[in-house]
Amino acid sequence: MTSATRATAPNPADAAPAADSDAPVLRTLTALAGHDKSGRSEHADVTFRPGEVTALLGPTGSGKSRFLYDIESLADADTPSGRRILLDDAVPDAERRFALQGRLVAQLTQNMNFVLDMRALPFIRMHAESRAVPDPDATARAVLAAANDLAGEPFADDAHLTQLSGGQSRALMIADAALLSWSPVLLIDEIENAGVDKRRALDLLLRSDKIVVIATHDPVLALSADRRLVFEHGAVRSVLRRTTEEARLLAHVSAMEDQLSDIRARLRRGVSVA
Amino acid sequence: MRLVTVAGPPSCGKTAVLSRACGLLAARGVRTAVVKFDCLQTRDADAYAAAGITAVAALSGGLCPDHFFATNLEEAWDWAAGTGAECCVIETAGLCNRCSPHLRGALALCVVDNLMGIDAPEKIGPMLRLADMALVTKGDLVSQAEREVYRHRIRQMNGRALIRHINGLTGQGCQELATVLSRAPDIATVTDMRLRFAMPAAVCSYCLSETRIGARYQKGNVRKAEFAPVPARDPEGEAAYAAGGPGGPREPGVSGERP
Repeated sequence: MTSATRATAPNPADAAPAADSDAPVLRTLTALAGHDKSGRSEHADVTFRPGEVTALLGPTGSGKSRFLYDIESLADADTPSGRRILLDDAVPDAERRFALQGRLVAQLTQNMNFVLDMRALPFIRMHAESRAVPDPDATARAVLAAANDLAGEPFADDAHLTQLSGGQSRALMIADAALLSWSPVLLIDEIENAGVDKRRALDLLLRSDKIVVIATHDPVLALSADRRLVFEHGAVRSVLRRTTEEARLLAHVSAMEDQLSDIRARLRRGVSVA
Repeated sequence: MRLVTVAGPPSCGKTAVLSRACGLLAARGVRTAVVKFDCLQTRDADAYAAAGITAVAALSGGLCPDHFFATNLEEAWDWAAGTGAECCVIETAGLCNRCSPHLRGALALCVVDNLMGIDAPEKIGPMLRLADMALVTKGDLVSQAEREVYRHRIRQMNGRALIRHINGLTGQGCQELATVLSRAPDIATVTDMRLRFAMPAAVCSYCLSETRIGARYQKGNVRKAEFAPVPARDPEGEAAYAAGGPGGPREPGVSGERP
């Protein structure tokens, strides 16, 4: 009996019954300017492209979450911000909107634990199978290798997900999202608090060819992003591209961070730091 | 009146998402009436009332809740019609996980949560397999990878249902659910409607309040499970071990308890 759902909207499942191999390809996603909490117009439209990292900055309550929700729900001037979301420069038609709703955005929240009672490799292999990749086992092993590259402490293929440390869990979540997630947009909340190698994580995400949006308070990450959106009072106040001076500053703060990491590593090993 | 059946295991969030969605419908001027079928006790009618939704609870008590649902559907429908509602929502507790309250010709929803374990979609059977839409709750408590794998497992069990993530606490997905509810099939009467799945037969002495254990108390529709014997490893050695023979628990020098 499908008359009820047919009456509601086209059913994307009819076309692809078993595997979610129908991951959408997105050339651009645009948030048409809305207004802030007082009704004043937003600074500008913002267009996102795959392979590009955008950092969101601004204090709590400044509108970052609302912005992300507008993207996720494909806002059509029907949310408090009045924003409209365009996909590939056009308002998505009913069918596309329906197929994407709730799946456009993959989210990595500050969640640091898995809850599923499975071992790492079978779990990732199941994810790979759901994406109908040609060689699920090899793909799953590549994801685990990438995760181990990010994690401070490597973990085994047969480790239980629930027994991974916070950093290991987060590393696996990042590697999986970059390499296996269905969604063309990836949103990450504060990658810097994760206990993972954040710059390697950023490289991995860049290569994922997804639209990557990171909410961050970390100066190195914020400067590493191609572009920064600064929020205030519920709206985008400014859109800043990294300048040449900022690129030099990035090199400087990165060097400072390397120095800190080196001191930390020496202290851990009991080697003289003086 | 439109008719929707909503099924899902206990505590998966059915009432939270439905009271949200029905509240959103009320704001659009669409009145709903909710009938909650439950077993022993429920405070869900209060939860609906707090959200301004007309609701009533029906408790099956000592009866099989599935059969109770089927035998009271006409009365539930009449009650809902009497409230002047445009949409009647029947919410059923987990029942026995073997059942499905879904009806041919009515909209059928199944609510499952992301914390139930990877095999849960298989275990809950017909209430998920025969649903038009699967609503997945508690996605905010698991990782993106787990959400996607879980969704795949649901898809394996039901190849055609819409699968949506929904959150009754934040309201994520509730507007869309409200729209789906408002477009449920409009039907004249539930009389002569058919269940999508036959309910389990259950007429044995325990249905009639038998409490004693033992084959001689079992009458009626009784089926015995097969418990295959586990092959013994070494009956003689085990018997000797139990009797305190060489290497046995009571053999001094092995236990190390000799003074």
